[in-house]
Amino acid sequence: MTNIYEILRGKKGADGNYQRKSVIVQGITGKYGSTHTKLMLDYGTNIVAGVTPGKAGQRFEDKIPIYDSVKDAVEATGAEISIIFVPARFFLGAAKDALESGIKLLVAIPEHVPIRDTMKVIELAKEKNAIMIGPNTPGVIVPGLIKIGIMPATPFSAGKVAVLSKSGTLLYEISNNLTSAGFGQNITIGIGGDPVNGTRMIDAFDMVKDDPELDAMVIVGEIGGDSEEILAQHIIDIGFSKPIVGYIAGRQAPKEKRMGHAGAIVMGNYGSAESKISMFAKANIPVAKRPGEVAVLLAGKMNI
Amino acid sequence: MRLLEYQAKELFKEFGIKTPPSISSKDIEKGRKDAKELGYPFVIKVQVPVGGRGKAGGIQKCNSDDEFELKYPQLLNMSIKGEKTRAILLEKMADIEKELYLSLFLNRSKRCYTIIASSEGGVEIESVKNQTIREVGLGDVDAQTAKEVANEIGLKDLQEEQFVEMLQKLSKLTIEKEAELAEINPLAILKDGTLIALDGKVMTDDNSNFRHEELQQYQERSELEEQAEKSGFSLVELEGNIAVIGNGAGLVMSTFDLVTDNGGRPATFLDVGGGATTETVYEALTLISKMKRVKGILVNLYGGIVKTTTVAEAFIQAYDNKLIDIPVFARLMGTESEKAKEMLKDTKTKMFDSIEDAINGVVMETNK
Repeated sequence: MTNIYEILRGKKGADGNYQRKSVIVQGITGKYGSTHTKLMLDYGTNIVAGVTPGKAGQRFEDKIPIYDSVKDAVEATGAEISIIFVPARFFLGAAKDALESGIKLLVAIPEHVPIRDTMKVIELAKEKNAIMIGPNTPGVIVPGLIKIGIMPATPFSAGKVAVLSKSGTLLYEISNNLTSAGFGQNITIGIGGDPVNGTRMIDAFDMVKDDPELDAMVIVGEIGGDSEEILAQHIIDIGFSKPIVGYIAGRQAPKEKRMGHAGAIVMGNYGSAESKISMFAKANIPVAKRPGEVAVLLAGKMNI
Repeated sequence: MRLLEYQAKELFKEFGIKTPPSISSKDIEKGRKDAKELGYPFVIKVQVPVGGRGKAGGIQKCNSDDEFELKYPQLLNMSIKGEKTRAILLEKMADIEKELYLSLFLNRSKRCYTIIASSEGGVEIESVKNQTIREVGLGDVDAQTAKEVANEIGLKDLQEEQFVEMLQKLSKLTIEKEAELAEINPLAILKDGTLIALDGKVMTDDNSNFRHEELQQYQERSELEEQAEKSGFSLVELEGNIAVIGNGAGLVMSTFDLVTDNGGRPATFLDVGGGATTETVYEALTLISKMKRVKGILVNLYGGIVKTTTVAEAFIQAYDNKLIDIPVFARLMGTESEKAKEMLKDTKTKMFDSIEDAINGVVMETNK
């Protein structure tokens, strides 16, 4: 599997620091894309190029060159990471452009992408040995190093806990609590709230689990599908022993109703919170009753 | 979009999947005409977007005009699991030999379509042990695969042929309409050997609606839901009296859970989307102001890059414009929260540092 840490930070240099990897922004001139490009630049993310068809030759904020296609942007910069801000109906085309141009990590921000389009992009990503995070994700952040997404910077601090979350705002809320409790984050990955994800819970887990700088993990799930159950079984199967704490949103949600996220729907017992919580229990993962309890349970697990 | 049975059956017919003769109506005048056209006996089936209607008495046999006049209004005014009847389907009874199960659904964790078939139908598929399962990529089912599935559930000869045809038509429907689920349950073998779809359930991908103008006629939304969608919000209406508002689906679900845990009864799940601005919060309050049963409003916002003072401004405007007069219990995470509290000091909006305190407040208020 493509190593996400390798793509995001590379190896430590002689000075003891990680590399600052290059990032391309697709849809950089849109309202949303430009706002978040500025915020990512403020965080220190090394954005080297933007893509907006028809605007080649212009510059974003008089600095960052804009290209017509990802192919041109990659040829000029050699970047392997791209973040997409285009409207959902243009996502399939933008993602193909990225993957066919050699992008190895694609962060897909748009919400409301048709599932069929997502499935086609996943097929292509597999073929190209690339990672897609999202769609409908807040993105990925290695605190203190690189932020590729729409998450606010304030909840996060560098540390040794990985947080994987289907929800964006819960990711911020829980990371903020962790930070306040002294648990910085090694990486946080937004899985996304869609029924089909480029990087599933289990994929994200496998990407981060062997990092030597990782001490613990927090899994923020929600009703819908069975990715939490599958992850829990996987954790049992491989005998993963670092501390993990979980949270599941939607315990009291009515059945057969979509709760905000396209993927957050319980059909019969498929996707129910009870099913997820009981599988977490089997995998020895305590599940917090409320977001504020996650840090408390983690401290307990780590015997602090 | 979750299609009602009669809507699913319209799609079945369009794709050449056999269904029993049936006619749908939304009032008794039309129902009477349908009854005449169809002829007794038939079954009256309520059309609700939720399962379990048979057990709840939502399917009734009907043999005469007298029975019809009694049962039609009863079923039309019925609610199942909080869902009001959306329409009534009158359907001829079929002469059933055996009931099977067939569906094509989007397997989320495997990220492919999956066929499930069983020789035991008419019950919820989860309770069926004897299932044949096949993964079929993006949903295309070739004749060989369909034939193997037919054989595995014990169909041969003429029935196998009909099943193969039906499964391939269901596959075509799934792909063309971008369905997440297309289910025939029960799929009946009639006494004369014909295979027919007795009940149907189709769920399409809402995110592909823009490519499916033809499905818009099936969209059943309340006025409030329509307004919410225009504003880019997600709204689920419930029967309680606390309006739960927040930004981000996960955060709102979590708030909803805690309200219910603490004895509160939510009237809404309202997600205003990841960002939060004065405008979005004001629009959310406008929606809520139209729900008369709401006795208290709970707002949980994780601001991030937003200033809480700008959100506080929305509450002040809402009271000034007499949009709302019920109390708001708010937890606003973000910058300038002390200043926002000061702004709201003499209003009906109470600001809290923790969501737990805000929930206690709103639950006490609404359970008075």
